[in-house]
Amino acid sequence: MAEKTKDILLGPIFDNNPIALQILGICSALAVTSNLSTTVTMCIALTTVTAFSNFFVSSIRNYIPSSIRIIVQMTIIASLVIVVDQFLKAYAYGISKQLSVFVGLIITNCIVMGRAEAFAMKNPPIPSFLDGVGNGLGYSVILLGLGFIRELLGAGSLFGQQILTKAADGGWFVTNGMMLLPPSAFFLIGLFIWAIRTWKPEQVEEDTFKMKPHTRVSDAF
Amino acid sequence: MSANKESVGKTLLVAFLVCVVCGVVVATAAVSLRPVQSKNQLLDKRMNILQAAGLYQPGVDVNKVFKSIERRFVDIDTGEYVEMPESYDQRKAAKDPQRSERLSGKEDIAGIKSQADVAEVFLARGDDGELSRIILPVHGYGLWSTLYGFLALEPDANTVSGLGFYEHGETPGLGGEVDNPKWKALWEGKKLYGEQGEVEIQVVKGSVDSKTPNAEHKVDGLAGATLTSNGVSNLLRFWVGENGFGPYLKRMQKGEAVVQQEGDA
Repeated sequence: MAEKTKDILLGPIFDNNPIALQILGICSALAVTSNLSTTVTMCIALTTVTAFSNFFVSSIRNYIPSSIRIIVQMTIIASLVIVVDQFLKAYAYGISKQLSVFVGLIITNCIVMGRAEAFAMKNPPIPSFLDGVGNGLGYSVILLGLGFIRELLGAGSLFGQQILTKAADGGWFVTNGMMLLPPSAFFLIGLFIWAIRTWKPEQVEEDTFKMKPHTRVSDAF
Repeated sequence: MSANKESVGKTLLVAFLVCVVCGVVVATAAVSLRPVQSKNQLLDKRMNILQAAGLYQPGVDVNKVFKSIERRFVDIDTGEYVEMPESYDQRKAAKDPQRSERLSGKEDIAGIKSQADVAEVFLARGDDGELSRIILPVHGYGLWSTLYGFLALEPDANTVSGLGFYEHGETPGLGGEVDNPKWKALWEGKKLYGEQGEVEIQVVKGSVDSKTPNAEHKVDGLAGATLTSNGVSNLLRFWVGENGFGPYLKRMQKGEAVVQQEGDA
């Protein structure tokens, strides 16, 4: 049992990462990682929502009629997201202003919905809660990596603290403006996926079809 | 239990209960956290006003410093002070046809479509009660978004002492550089009006140094952000012009501000 709990909690971090393997939640990973403070807030918000939505969906899973199960899950998720959003507005106003609509968009984040449907509907509340935390952590690992690289290379700072002196302020570090734009996160996620799959080759998908070699001119005649 | 959970009655019951519980949770959170939230919003706005006025240093108690700032309301057409309730919201009023005026395409250089009849202004006073800054809320369209900010003027109602935007969605690194402290510092000391009282302030392409003709009215545009720069230029020209705070500022130049000549001498 202890072994299983560990699997549920830590599995999603590298073995079954929601971003790198399941390719879910990319949208917010591009949008909020241009600096670390918004990234951390988003990670906490998403982990909280996933964990509690899993918990509540799982608690009432025996009563949810299958014909309306998706909308029931949505209702629970949406309510949690609104509550989290309200809390951020009250206690972290500056950051919630920067995150703007992306907190609200956690509702449409496929990780939350995906875990509710794939795990919480079939498992008891406590493992579901842990599964939510685990997937939140998996998401967070990638996001924090992205946020670290993007803020450091793009602005020369971490958590808003200047680490490298920018050339514009008389230092040596020339900022890479592209790192602050969403496409850079795409490239970085690609590199992350490459790194993880090199380390764990079992994650590499089988080719869906085999490519035939080119025909030579001599074959045609 | 689970055998007949698919019946119509059960389905409706579950749907109803889920909605009631979620509704109560959401409503409780929203209502109980509202006081803290509105306090934050107010604090945020006050901080922006202080920043524009150059009164803000990290770590100061915003509310305490703000005590020296007076909020007044100005009739846009006449430039006279009017009384308004404390809860007056200019952004809301601008959307209400009863309390705003639609701008024709030619007038509307700032791209704001309609203008509230009454605008707020903030007057900062020194310890001796003398007027030290006039702070005007300004907004207008840049490249992607409407920029909202504050323009702070010296008591002569002509010299800019600061300009800052607190809300915009311009491209980071390009138009977003309107937040760059170095660029904002360029505004200090610029004059809004020419000799005849016409609006002269503008953002120009290329650098501005003391040799440029009329350098006191010109600010160097942002490299790579021509449209945002034009937007800032237009919105300032609009707000200090005839349809904006022009009448009010004219009054201030004649009336309250007696120290006007000092800067021009």
